[in-house]
Amino acid sequence: MENKYALFLGCTIPLRGRQYEKSAVEIGRLFGAELEPQQDFACCGFPIKSATREGTLLLAARNLAVAEEAGLEVLALCSSCASVLAEAAEELAEDDDLRKKVNEKLAKVKRKIEKPPRVRHFARWLYEEVGPEGIAEKVVAPLGDFRFAVHYGCHYLKPSWAFHDAEDPEAPHSLGDLLRATGADVVDYAEYKKCCGGALLGIDAELSLALAGEKLTRVKAAAPDAVVLVCPFCAVMYDDNQKKVAAQLEAELDLPVLFLPQVLGLALGLSAKDVGLKLAKNKCEKLIAAFAEAK
Amino acid sequence: MTIIKTDPNFKHEVAAEPGGEAIKYCFACGTCTAACPVRALDERYNPRKIIRMILLGLRDRVLESDFIWLCSTCYSCEERCPQGVPFAEIITAVKNIAAREGKLHPAYVTQLDLLKQFGRLYELEEFDNKKRLKMGLAELKTTCDEVAKLLDDE
Ligand code: SF4
Ligand code: SF4
Repeated sequence: MENKYALFLGCTIPLRGRQYEKSAVEIGRLFGAELEPQQDFACCGFPIKSATREGTLLLAARNLAVAEEAGLEVLALCSSCASVLAEAAEELAEDDDLRKKVNEKLAKVKRKIEKPPRVRHFARWLYEEVGPEGIAEKVVAPLGDFRFAVHYGCHYLKPSWAFHDAEDPEAPHSLGDLLRATGADVVDYAEYKKCCGGALLGIDAELSLALAGEKLTRVKAAAPDAVVLVCPFCAVMYDDNQKKVAAQLEAELDLPVLFLPQVLGLALGLSAKDVGLKLAKNKCEKLIAAFAEAK
Repeated sequence: MTIIKTDPNFKHEVAAEPGGEAIKYCFACGTCTAACPVRALDERYNPRKIIRMILLGLRDRVLESDFIWLCSTCYSCEERCPQGVPFAEIITAVKNIAAREGKLHPAYVTQLDLLKQFGRLYELEEFDNKKRLKMGLAELKTTCDEVAKLLDDE
């Protein structure tokens, strides 16, 4: 069962990021890994941390218990899910008293944590297990004609302790490395490490859209063919809300938004349909012309 | 002259919350504020100042403010703090205290309700499952009552 993983979708992806899920599952398959959503997974707990940290830990622990029962490591597609589950896994592994307390509450829903499973972001897994070389070897449709801007977002990297310092959040490169393996150019742009503002959307929409706007203005200045990301909430900000961001900026943006495995998938020979290429508000017409219409 | 009510115990209260302990190591350098993307756009928000306000015991002013809800949880502050103060955790601790006193921001009241109802932030309908199946994705359960059971006493 080594190559089977519990795929953690979280709240947003099943409805608003199916192209991300589909392309990630297909990439897994290309490299001999089965990424399987667990029926009993629910919210990771992150959204309510401001209300109740304890509630967040319980929800995270519950999901970890589901994966532990299935005997599977967790791969998360959403960066916030990855960070909150990784934090909980760390805390529960290290603190016996905390684990005991959490288990007393989990007993109410007949769950139990003994040894929390390993948790990684899907993109981290891809970088560590396949790597840019592994991608480059299997490229069948090089993307030399394309330039992409990478948005790392926050929780793919931070808090760094939860991810065992897998990558320095001050100088991230993993996503760019994976993209470059397809032959594509990865553009530099100012403030590329900044936050999308997603966590504030329900609190102060104007401020949230302003954070997104500041960043997308920088991206736009670098004139990429698309912005590529690894978190459904960053996509909610940059794709679903791009019109509102642009209206608030009083500027044109027209920036196509893609998830990393969609782009990698095309280079690796997956079809436009397999990667859900047309499932975005801001579609990448240039990729569609090259992959969906040409064939 | 108005006298501002202070509560010297507030810092201990924050320190007693998980993640709050390290507040005492803050030496007010302002690195967190300089790193904060929210601060860069909105003057109302200032991590270093919020820590000062907690240490000074300005309990009501902090708990009743609008600004405590403005952290975007990007973790830039704590990654860069030279004293290892996890400010994102400290502001979470403050918000949790506010929540226990009935001052939870309405956006989170709604989110808690949705989670209890559906186990997710959004309702997954049969219609969504149909779209999933059509793409070759697994059908998913539309609710999870375990979430409400776990959150009911929280
Ligand atoms: S960076 Fe750390 S030490 Fe400096 S003011 Fe902020 S919390 Fe205090
Ligand atoms: S975690 Fe919050 S306080 Fe810290 S830098 Fe980010 S937005 Fe500012």
